[in-house]
Amino acid sequence: MIKHLLMIAVVLLPGGVMAQEEGGGIALLRAGTDINNIDSLQRGARNFMNYCSGCHSLKYLRYNRIAQDLNIGEKELADNLMFTTSKPSDTVNSAMPPDAEAWFGKQPPDLSLVARAKGVDYIYSFLHGFYADGARIWGVNNLYLPNAAMPHVLAERQGLQQPVFKNVPDDHGGARVVLVGVDAMTSGAMKPEEYDQFVRDIVNFLDYAAEPVKAKRQSMGIFVTLFLLVFLAFALLLKKEYWKDVH
Amino acid sequence: MAAARLIDWIDQRFPLTKLWREQVSEYYAPKNFNFWYYFGSLALLILVNQLVTGIFLTMNYNPSASGAFASVEYIMRDVDWGWLIRYMHSTGASAFFIVVYLHMFRALLYGSHRKPRELLWIFGCLIFLLLMAEAFMGYVLPWGNMSFWGAQVIVSLFGSLPVIGGGLVEWIRGDYVIGDATLNRFFALHVAALPIALIFLVIAHLMALHEVGSNNPDGIDIKKYKDADGHPLDGIPMHPYYTVKDLVGVAGFLVIFCGVIFFAPTFGGLFLEGPNFEPANPLQTPPHIAPVWYFTPFYAMLRAVPSFAGTQVWGVLVMGAAIVVLFFVPWLDRSPVRSIRYRGPIYKIMLSIFVAAFIALAVCGLKPPAGIYPLLARVCTVVYFAFFLLMPWYAKFDSVKPVPERVTGHD
Repeated sequence: MIKHLLMIAVVLLPGGVMAQEEGGGIALLRAGTDINNIDSLQRGARNFMNYCSGCHSLKYLRYNRIAQDLNIGEKELADNLMFTTSKPSDTVNSAMPPDAEAWFGKQPPDLSLVARAKGVDYIYSFLHGFYADGARIWGVNNLYLPNAAMPHVLAERQGLQQPVFKNVPDDHGGARVVLVGVDAMTSGAMKPEEYDQFVRDIVNFLDYAAEPVKAKRQSMGIFVTLFLLVFLAFALLLKKEYWKDVH
Repeated sequence: MAAARLIDWIDQRFPLTKLWREQVSEYYAPKNFNFWYYFGSLALLILVNQLVTGIFLTMNYNPSASGAFASVEYIMRDVDWGWLIRYMHSTGASAFFIVVYLHMFRALLYGSHRKPRELLWIFGCLIFLLLMAEAFMGYVLPWGNMSFWGAQVIVSLFGSLPVIGGGLVEWIRGDYVIGDATLNRFFALHVAALPIALIFLVIAHLMALHEVGSNNPDGIDIKKYKDADGHPLDGIPMHPYYTVKDLVGVAGFLVIFCGVIFFAPTFGGLFLEGPNFEPANPLQTPPHIAPVWYFTPFYAMLRAVPSFAGTQVWGVLVMGAAIVVLFFVPWLDRSPVRSIRYRGPIYKIMLSIFVAAFIALAVCGLKPPAGIYPLLARVCTVVYFAFFLLMPWYAKFDSVKPVPERVTGHD
């Protein structure tokens, strides 16, 4: 049986390795979020409500669910996180009027599931990717989402960045200029590490928002697995006992 | 005492004890089943899992283009244990294909499709075919962006058929585009029509199995040598021997299955894809459309075939042929022995290359058709068909080892 399992593993290995490699594009930064860090999630909720929820909704997440999962009291919730017109059982709606599309070129997307659709590393990178670009209406462009419609809401925190270009040879023997990264240009209210943590908290909160049950699911999984391993051991013993008389 | 009287009462009106004896407690199976024989009972377990969790999902799912996506999130967030039920169902879909692929591989290893089990194999192929339809339609139901565009791509394949193509696509969609009408009929087929057909086929599969008896890793007939009671000497009753043994398989499977459910339900984007967490959007094509992993070998074959004489239909035909050819395996395999244990090196090499090609095709289907992948997919498509279509020759002329009269040992 071990032999057979090894056989399957060996056969699947090249497939797994091939499926891993990804080519092209600018490598994403690592978010390094931790869904079990309640302090980080609480800060993330605060940051999100202060800087993001003006434009972005979380239409599948209820305020009272946040309060319950992140150990936030009813009063704190009402005073600090909710819009004054909302009820605790409401979902997190944005303050954006319907004509937002005319302002930004598109409606700011709902962010309930963005962490599942794009991954935490992507959001973390995106919020680190704004650079000055006079050709864009908000004066900024994004390294990870070219021609993003979003302004750099956190510019006063991070400061502005400038693009870094590089000449690379093209297929026709010439050279072309490509954007390879960003560099600090002006400093903001936060030191780079503080800004990293600030963004990490938001991303962590969005990871929570995308699947509120995630932390519970994982902690529960440990007990389920332990139970099943014990069950497996007993099943093996039972089989041995019954099969004693088979020769 | 009361229980015995109750059973007696039932037996006079319904063949309960008779069925139990014939199908379970006195169904003699070869004693030498190995690891590969777990996957039949596991497939049955997953079928039950899919039916039960599916029923509970149906209670809260809203089969409409405007409400489907939100209702799935409602299940994930607001329905008690809804997240668990949904993950059991979505992980179950992938597990079903893993188990079924391994179950089919077992048949190729030990010649389980050979006479007199041809019909058993054909029922199995039909189950596989229906399972693909079931999985495809189920994948559309969450109405994420990959659901929508996957449906768009797969349904439009039928459009490449000459003459009837256009009308056929319209008939399948029930509209000029993938929309509410399509979602509604896929829901009906996914929760009613196909499960019923699957259950009937599984029953037929098991009836055929119990009629002819199970094959075994030695690929020999155990009915030749019987004891005084007429029971095969190398056979043991399914119950209790294989019920307790399969319990071990179930436990081992559940460790892995629950591991995925609780720790990696999206399985790195293979079981639940990232773009499917965005609602269906007819105006925004995902950067790269790929079907779920279990379809990718066939999708890779579809793409591997170039268009010819102004039509793409050849790829569709090749993809269809890749399934159809499975039905003929019992007649393509003309080896004098069943089991790989007593076959020569050629079959072993061919089967190994075939498995490698199938996995490579699965990877090709997941990747955008660029770089090495189109060429790799073409080579592997040829290998896939060569394995089956050349079988009458290589299996027949391959050397064989002497087959024992009685089965050799057990786990």
